[in-house]
Amino acid sequence: MQPEVAKHTSIHVNGEAARTRAASLADLVAERGFAENAVATALNGEFVARHARAATQLSPGDHVEIVAPRQGG
Amino acid sequence: MNAIEPISPAGSTLKVYGVEVGSRLLLGTAQYPSPQVMANAVQASRAGIVTVSIRREAARANTGQRFFELIKSLGVRVMPNTAGCRTPREAITTAQMARELFGTEWIKLEVIGNDDTLQPDLFGLVEAATALSKDGFKVFPYTTEDLVAAERLLAAGCQVLMPWGAPIGSGRGLSNRYALRSLRKYFTGVPLIIDAGIGAPSHAAEAMELGFDAVLLNTAVAAAADPVRMAGAFAAAIDAGRAAYEAGLMEMRDMAAPSTPVAGTPFFDLDRS
Repeated sequence: MQPEVAKHTSIHVNGEAARTRAASLADLVAERGFAENAVATALNGEFVARHARAATQLSPGDHVEIVAPRQGG
Repeated sequence: MNAIEPISPAGSTLKVYGVEVGSRLLLGTAQYPSPQVMANAVQASRAGIVTVSIRREAARANTGQRFFELIKSLGVRVMPNTAGCRTPREAITTAQMARELFGTEWIKLEVIGNDDTLQPDLFGLVEAATALSKDGFKVFPYTTEDLVAAERLLAAGCQVLMPWGAPIGSGRGLSNRYALRSLRKYFTGVPLIIDAGIGAPSHAAEAMELGFDAVLLNTAVAAAADPVRMAGAFAAAIDAGRAAYEAGLMEMRDMAAPSTPVAGTPFFDLDRS
């Protein structure tokens, strides 16, 4: 058995290719330097609520959206 | 006395989804020269509701929270939009993310069907409005003047409709007056907000004179040379238009009718002999 090492996963974040060590969506939000309340998230087009991020595992090829408030009309 | 209850000089207040709002102007927060000008314009407009959106946030950025803090300091109600969404699925997910971020069930629902006119995809709009209403959202659908689509949106659970005046950002005013008038006559009890296409205070006043409940605009204020003064001009126009509607406008005539009394006109007999 080899020791468990956090591996990189290739995903897409906000439309751009990204490699991450994050295992869950909550880890990814933290890895990107966001307070958990500062952003909202979606995985492969589906909304993932704040409380569900920790239990949401990332898989290669996933498309993640991380959004924040912005000006609007 | 008649049935109109004057609450303020500008007339009765707007009520949507059971909430009374102290202004009939809804203002967008985009495209201003600076955040401070935006904040000043919101205050000068006396808007009770401002529209906002959500966008992708860059890693380690804090742009969104800075903006939201400024908005919160203005003491107005916030209505996020689904601007840019082209399918019901995109709009639904966007609305869900916006609800969590802004802490409101109010959503200005846009499902765009054409890139050049930015006109709503009415079929997608009804589909998204149905799903979002079931999910507890208070949906404000950005729609056209189409009466049948309006009925479908109400059946979907919407308690307010937002027909366009003209395409977003075009500044053309009410381009289909007849259809907007008949929409107003048909849905007497439904709050109707003219959303988009307003370019000048006179356009907003006209919408209010026709009996629309409120006006939502952004570019006309944000793109003015002096957005803060323009915001005040719109506030005055909307007050004037609403007061005029509640006062009851005279009927148009095809021919002139003298305003000065005819009886007792000097030389009347000589003049007409």
